[in-house]
Amino acid sequence: MHTTAVAVALFFVLPFVFVFLTSVMSDDQAMSGDLWPHEWNWSNYAAVFNTPGFLDWWRNSLLYAGLGTLFTVCSSVPVAYALAKFRFRGRRTALVLVISTMMLPPQVIVIPMYLVWAQQLHLSGSLWPLIIPMAFGDAYSIFLLRQFLLTIPKEYLESAKVDGCGELRTLLGIVVPMAKPGIAAVALFQFFYCWNDYFGPQIYAAQNPGAWTLSYGLESFKSAHSVNWNLTMAATLLVMAPVIVVFFFAQKAFVEGVTLTGVKG
Amino acid sequence: MAIPLAPELRRKRTRERLRTLGFLSPWLVGFTVFFGYPLLATVYFSFMHYNQIQSPTFVGLRNWRYVLEQMPLFGPALWNTLWLVVVMVALRVAFGLGIGLLVTKVKTGAGFFRTAFYLPYLAPPVAATVAFVFLLNPGTGPVNEALSAVGVSAPNWFNDPDWAKPSLVLLSLWGIGDLMVIFMASLLDVPKEQYEAAELDGAGAFAKFRYVTWPSIVPIVMFAVVTGVVQTMQYYTQALVAGKLASGVSIGPGTVIQPGYPDHSTLTVPQLVYSLGFQNFNTGAACVLSLVLFAIAMAVTSLLMRKRAGLLTAED
Repeated sequence: MHTTAVAVALFFVLPFVFVFLTSVMSDDQAMSGDLWPHEWNWSNYAAVFNTPGFLDWWRNSLLYAGLGTLFTVCSSVPVAYALAKFRFRGRRTALVLVISTMMLPPQVIVIPMYLVWAQQLHLSGSLWPLIIPMAFGDAYSIFLLRQFLLTIPKEYLESAKVDGCGELRTLLGIVVPMAKPGIAAVALFQFFYCWNDYFGPQIYAAQNPGAWTLSYGLESFKSAHSVNWNLTMAATLLVMAPVIVVFFFAQKAFVEGVTLTGVKG
Repeated sequence: MAIPLAPELRRKRTRERLRTLGFLSPWLVGFTVFFGYPLLATVYFSFMHYNQIQSPTFVGLRNWRYVLEQMPLFGPALWNTLWLVVVMVALRVAFGLGIGLLVTKVKTGAGFFRTAFYLPYLAPPVAATVAFVFLLNPGTGPVNEALSAVGVSAPNWFNDPDWAKPSLVLLSLWGIGDLMVIFMASLLDVPKEQYEAAELDGAGAFAKFRYVTWPSIVPIVMFAVVTGVVQTMQYYTQALVAGKLASGVSIGPGTVIQPGYPDHSTLTVPQLVYSLGFQNFNTGAACVLSLVLFAIAMAVTSLLMRKRAGLLTAED
């Protein structure tokens, strides 16, 4: 059993190792088949940072992921709360519609949406067409938060009402503090979604390199340095790094979120 | 005698309705503007000739006929998407379950193994794809170096039409972390007493899996299959990036390249939508293809709803 586990672990870990080893090779060696670096060129990382635009891509990724996450959480929490705890006609229909949107491939509606942003609002060439919609609820986050809010016992909400709290105060003062793990999971997922998004920036930001994100820029980085696998691998690790660092700090919230999507319910 | 509603009660009802509307309003606006409108507009444009410069003109079913009957890339794109949906999802579920079983059985270093198996899932898809195109590149890639060192003749992976899709599957197996966690949680939920009872009855390892483990994890397997199908129908980024990088074409902004290298073997339906709409400016055909994708997605979703009715009723 243990031998199997070690063998399988190699499949998962070795790609990281090879990517790292290549990232510190010299230009010449990166083009050879050698696996171990003759000399450790840490300056490759500096070279990546000095690539024109690389720092802009960082800033844009942080802006997209940061604002996108903030907007998503603020707009999705009240919707999820209403779907979990209010009784009203059409609740089931609303829930079905939320789940249907969640399943919809983003490519299905992208063309008319692009035409509106580009031709009517003149916002193509920026990330705003991706960030602004997130202020209007995200189906996946709503669904996840609703699943989480279902686990909050009714009694807490009723006792708040007895104490004379309005719905908004109940939400902000009682529900949100109790739902912190769920909100953290949703925030993480949304942050990673934005950070990883390639399709969105390709549609709206492709024509303006100043608006590219790391995920989008990385591929053009390879094209520009078509022979420099070492620099490309260094850049690849620099795109992976923040996500992995965040994961180690927020491991619990993450696993909670993953199980929430599938196992409960 | 009917008792008329007291005015306070009616006021209370109105207030509650307004409150509900208020809480739902972000989504109501978002759903209408960013889902309802573009969906209707997609249907509208599917009957129009529109190159995004001149105003649209009505052409009836011409776009539909073109996409479904004449467009040379429709067949390969649909085939590739379906191939990935079947093979990738089946292998991911099987592998995810295997890894889940493995980490629940391992005694020492469980934390290390769990982290090691989970981490690749976190790698941004573009970064993971770039890494795999490098690792598997036929010229100097470490994988082929290692294979030739032990005397195995290595395939050309992303550069061979027969191997490009399997290479994408390999990439998707590397990022198995999401399924591993789901399966792990459900495997730990199987009651221990049932295993003990099965052992008393003399059940072997296989019988225990077949008669104790499997029945209790079937819903999770179903869930993994259906969400996997939905995700794979959207499969875009990895296929596009792998094709572009493996083709070695140097692309600046605005360069039009044919997606799906090599030989359209990695061309998926979503890529074809992008290519039609944003490279060929054939808005009508792109919208037809979008609607075909939409129809398939909705069919799968309704299947999911039926199988997972629990999602909707687990509330009270």
